[in-house]
Amino acid sequence: MEAVKEHRSTKSGVSSDEAIIEIKGLKKSFGSKEVLRNINLTVTKGENIVVLGKSGQGKSVTIQCIVGMLTPDAGSVKVFGKEVSELNDEELKDLRTHIGFLFQSGALFDSMTVRENLEFPLTRVLKLKDQNEIDQRVNEILEGVGLPEAAEKMPSDLSGGMRKRIGLARTLIVKPEIMLYDEPTTGLDPITSREISQLILEMQKKYKTTSIIITHDMECARITADRVVVMNDGEYIAEGSFDDLQHSDNQFVKSYFSDSI
Amino acid sequence: MEDQAALSGWKKWAISVGDQSVFLSRFIRNIFSGGFEWSEFVRQCYEIGYKSFSLVGLTSFIMGLVLILQLRPTLVEFGAESMLPHTLAVSIVREIGPVITAIICAGKIASSIGAELGSMKVTEQIDAMEVAGANPIQYLVVTRILATSLMVPLLTMIGDAIGLFGGYVALNISDKISFFLYFNKCISSLDFTDFFPALIKTVFFGFAIGYVGCYKGFNSNKGTESVGVAANSAVVTASLWIFFIDMIVVQITNLLYY
Repeated sequence: MEAVKEHRSTKSGVSSDEAIIEIKGLKKSFGSKEVLRNINLTVTKGENIVVLGKSGQGKSVTIQCIVGMLTPDAGSVKVFGKEVSELNDEELKDLRTHIGFLFQSGALFDSMTVRENLEFPLTRVLKLKDQNEIDQRVNEILEGVGLPEAAEKMPSDLSGGMRKRIGLARTLIVKPEIMLYDEPTTGLDPITSREISQLILEMQKKYKTTSIIITHDMECARITADRVVVMNDGEYIAEGSFDDLQHSDNQFVKSYFSDSI
Repeated sequence: MEDQAALSGWKKWAISVGDQSVFLSRFIRNIFSGGFEWSEFVRQCYEIGYKSFSLVGLTSFIMGLVLILQLRPTLVEFGAESMLPHTLAVSIVREIGPVITAIICAGKIASSIGAELGSMKVTEQIDAMEVAGANPIQYLVVTRILATSLMVPLLTMIGDAIGLFGGYVALNISDKISFFLYFNKCISSLDFTDFFPALIKTVFFGFAIGYVGCYKGFNSNKGTESVGVAANSAVVTASLWIFFIDMIVVQITNLLYY
């Protein structure tokens, strides 16, 4: 892998050497296709890591291994010092309450209003009973993502950008310590895409989360990244700050940054 | 997927049976694991029961009416016209009512559950629930299967009554029979061995409809096409299960009572 530059100040203002996520020698295959060959990554508290790479290269597979949706074939994935693949169902469920996962589509529950979508994790995961507290948290997060008027709407009535905002709100409402974003700006126009990227950064500052952001959007990477990791052929081939990688000698890395300079 | 395609037929069948057993055990475990989703269960009962009522009612009415119109000429020929209420009541309560209601529910409910859960799977909503630390089996599967197991017997009982009323209307087209005499004849020709096995088998029909719909939806592949496949497969499989369960229950009933 290309030389890593020391980069300790984070955009969230939180800076610590405490490793929140540690991935070592991660391998994952689907049938005969080897998707992840040797992934090594350490994410410290408060850091925003952006993972760049071509489609179908296993970027999403990595974060799915972090949250225990997929089991690695080999290697180690530790979150808060715990080996994810060794956790039992209850321990995994408990770990997941500390991790927010924003899906590419937002994955809002179609049969529920926005309010019910936001109440779902509060009542099912945090087991809150007090309706006043629930309402307060729902209203607060809706204000936070700039959509206080959307509470009673159905997901089908929302635009792509609004769906992403509500998806982000539903993920952040339980105040997770780690946020995993799977292509948060895909399918959005450049203006909305920039707004979502700014929102991600704002929310990260507000909730002091540690994040991994999978994206192809260089503007999103520029706005949100403390550190950028570039993936190719199932491996991370370069790592550094956005500015450092802009001047990389590696042709593959250059091809990503050529349009954004 | 390539590996799956390379598997021989019986191996695929064995894997499918294994998958279904695991799904069934997860369902059973989650019924008793606490945190039952009462509000979702009630919503599903409304969606499944109330919203299927008009379809089941109309079909049952037509079945009762048509059966009398078909039976009457034959029974009149043998001078057994007075047996019409008896014949209709026994055939509707024992067999036609439960099976027709279940087949209609398989078409309406199993396809709807298969499509809904399949679409939730495709749009990552089920993954989102799981990753959030919620329990999708408890919220989506347990509530739906228990709702179908409760509502299909209820719909069948209501459908039976409407079917008998359809028969009454058909009888009054050509003859005159009082409402109370007709229903008195119907009820007196039925006993415990007609009602009870029929009721029990509708619980199994309801379970099969809910289970197959949930399994097909929950295990659909990624891609919009798979939503249609899940819905279609749910209807076909649930319908086959209904006839299979019917065959077994009739055999057991015959052994026990006759």
